[in-house]
Amino acid sequence: MNTTVSMPLVPRAQSLAKARTGISGLDEVTFGGLPAGRPTLICGGPGCGKTLLATTFLVNGAVMFNEPGVFVSFEETSDDLIKNVASLGYDLGALVAQKKIAIDFVRVERSEIEETGEYDLEGLFVRLDYAIKAVGAKRVVLDTLEMLFAGLGDTQILRAEIRRLFAWLKQRNVTAIITAEQGEGSLTRYGIEEYVSDCVFLLDNRVSDQITTRRLRVVKYRGSAHGTNEYPFLIDAQGVSVLPVTSAGLEHAASDEVISTGIPGLNQMLGAGGFYRGTSVLVSGTAGTGKTSLAAHFIEAVCARGERCLYFAFEESPAQIIRNMRSIGLDLQPRIDSGLLRFEAARPSLFGLEMHLARMYREIEEFAPAATVLDPISALRGASGDVHSMLLRVIDLLKSRGITAFLTNLLSAEGMDKSDAGMSSLMDTWLSLVQLESNGERNRGIYVLKSRGMNHSNQIREYQLTSQGVKLVDAYLGSSGVLTGSARVAQEMVDAASIVRRSQDNERKQRDIQRKRAALERQIAELRAELESEEEEARKALQHDEELEKRMQAEKRAMAIQRGGKAS
Amino acid sequence: MNQARDNAMEASPHADGHYNLRLYVAGQTPKSVTALANLKKICEEHLVGRYQIEVIDLLEHPQLAAGDQILAVPTLVRRLPEPLKRIIGNLSNMERVLVGLDLRPVAAP
Repeated sequence: MNTTVSMPLVPRAQSLAKARTGISGLDEVTFGGLPAGRPTLICGGPGCGKTLLATTFLVNGAVMFNEPGVFVSFEETSDDLIKNVASLGYDLGALVAQKKIAIDFVRVERSEIEETGEYDLEGLFVRLDYAIKAVGAKRVVLDTLEMLFAGLGDTQILRAEIRRLFAWLKQRNVTAIITAEQGEGSLTRYGIEEYVSDCVFLLDNRVSDQITTRRLRVVKYRGSAHGTNEYPFLIDAQGVSVLPVTSAGLEHAASDEVISTGIPGLNQMLGAGGFYRGTSVLVSGTAGTGKTSLAAHFIEAVCARGERCLYFAFEESPAQIIRNMRSIGLDLQPRIDSGLLRFEAARPSLFGLEMHLARMYREIEEFAPAATVLDPISALRGASGDVHSMLLRVIDLLKSRGITAFLTNLLSAEGMDKSDAGMSSLMDTWLSLVQLESNGERNRGIYVLKSRGMNHSNQIREYQLTSQGVKLVDAYLGSSGVLTGSARVAQEMVDAASIVRRSQDNERKQRDIQRKRAALERQIAELRAELESEEEEARKALQHDEELEKRMQAEKRAMAIQRGGKAS
Repeated sequence: MNQARDNAMEASPHADGHYNLRLYVAGQTPKSVTALANLKKICEEHLVGRYQIEVIDLLEHPQLAAGDQILAVPTLVRRLPEPLKRIIGNLSNMERVLVGLDLRPVAAP
């Protein structure tokens, strides 16, 4: 009899096998790719990138994962398809020639088809089967299956056949993508989502402020966890990339390492002697306060340590920034030549915020910098909530990789506006550049508005943009407050003069005292001498008296003897 | 070309108004058998002596499906006379087959 009590064996669930798409970001969002051996539905409105996404899945399968594929096109001829995806850098023609991809254009034209009596879609199955066998396909794309509904009248037969098709695809163990147009109030126009229940993606192409942004959402993914947000995605010359940039995590490690601001005086203002590595730094100021100059110093310090720096310029061209920085004695060109510094310049209005984010994400992934400059974030257009959300994600992205973020923000002349207050919570260090106006001149002042995790100066320090770079000037704190510019210089002269005067006064006083002391000592000596002479006289007088007394005694005795009496 | 050919049909290839018909099927299913029977009947009634029928079984010749853009089976393709016409289904509705083959005007009573 077996009496041992054993723990019940819970079979560890076999996690779902996945077919990687090779699309950067999409595999992260889906935790590994599409469900292998099952159909996935991609739906969305016209022009939102369904075909390109599906094609990328096939091309990557053939090129990266050695999984040949079949593209069944219901909309475009093979030639059109090959031409269209060439813009993404895919050479579909070559892949077809290498028998890695088969393309079958299925033409469905209602006007050419007369229906009479029962039929089924075995012809499609035969073609698909033939194509799958021809290349040994593991992946299949049906683009757009719903064209069948437009071409054939008997929807009952169609629905039954589509159901059979999906079962058939699963049985073939091919990973399939089925694309469908988005319908009114439903995912697809003809309700195909009823049959593809494993995995559904929704693509979207929204226009706001005349700027379009593509987004992708995993509507469902049976048997797997997945990111649930809408993720922006890019279609450009480098293919398709999805950007799983979220602000989910606040788990980034905090570094104790301090890195220089590039300006000695500014290092002193920050208690730790610089910024903490991997933190976010905001420099805000009105026009012409030298935000970019501060950024240039920071870049120079980063590159001087042999680290890479990525500069996103939204308002100036790289050439212009380099020229301007030469005027303050900073030459960034050698840093570019040595590959430590890279500029990415684009007008903010060129793309939507999400596209900027996407582009930045890709650049950061590729270049892996130690520090990133965004100059200026105020150029990013959009509703302030959107800008905030975008910056939040940029900063999260940078923090999660330990990249120090240096952002500049142009303030309007009135000073801080609402968006800045919202920015504050994102920033670890906030340097404020101010124009100090007094006595008919403007001077530049810098102060540390906040700097998390360090004791920092509370002073407003004046700084100058010199041909040797940004120089912080010692603060003058007088009775009338902080003085800057020529007022400071004047006050300094006044101070210097008064110091001279004071020391002269002191010397005179010293001399007076010495003189007094000498006079007093002289008086004391005189008095003492006087006293001594008086004492001498007194002593002499006393002596004289005693002698007189003796003589009188002697004379008395002599007189008594003379009278005959005996002396008593 | 090695299509299966139905030699039982009369053929006069060079005559005017000659009909070159292809019937695509996938195996000997009830639908395909019915379709062929219906087709023969229609041809005998309306096209005596000026038609030719090829029956192509896609299970044997899958590579031929793409060429004639076959999607549904059975599909009857009228290759001649031009233009190319496709009729899908088991051809049970004779009126529609005749319309599809341009053998009867659409508005006929």
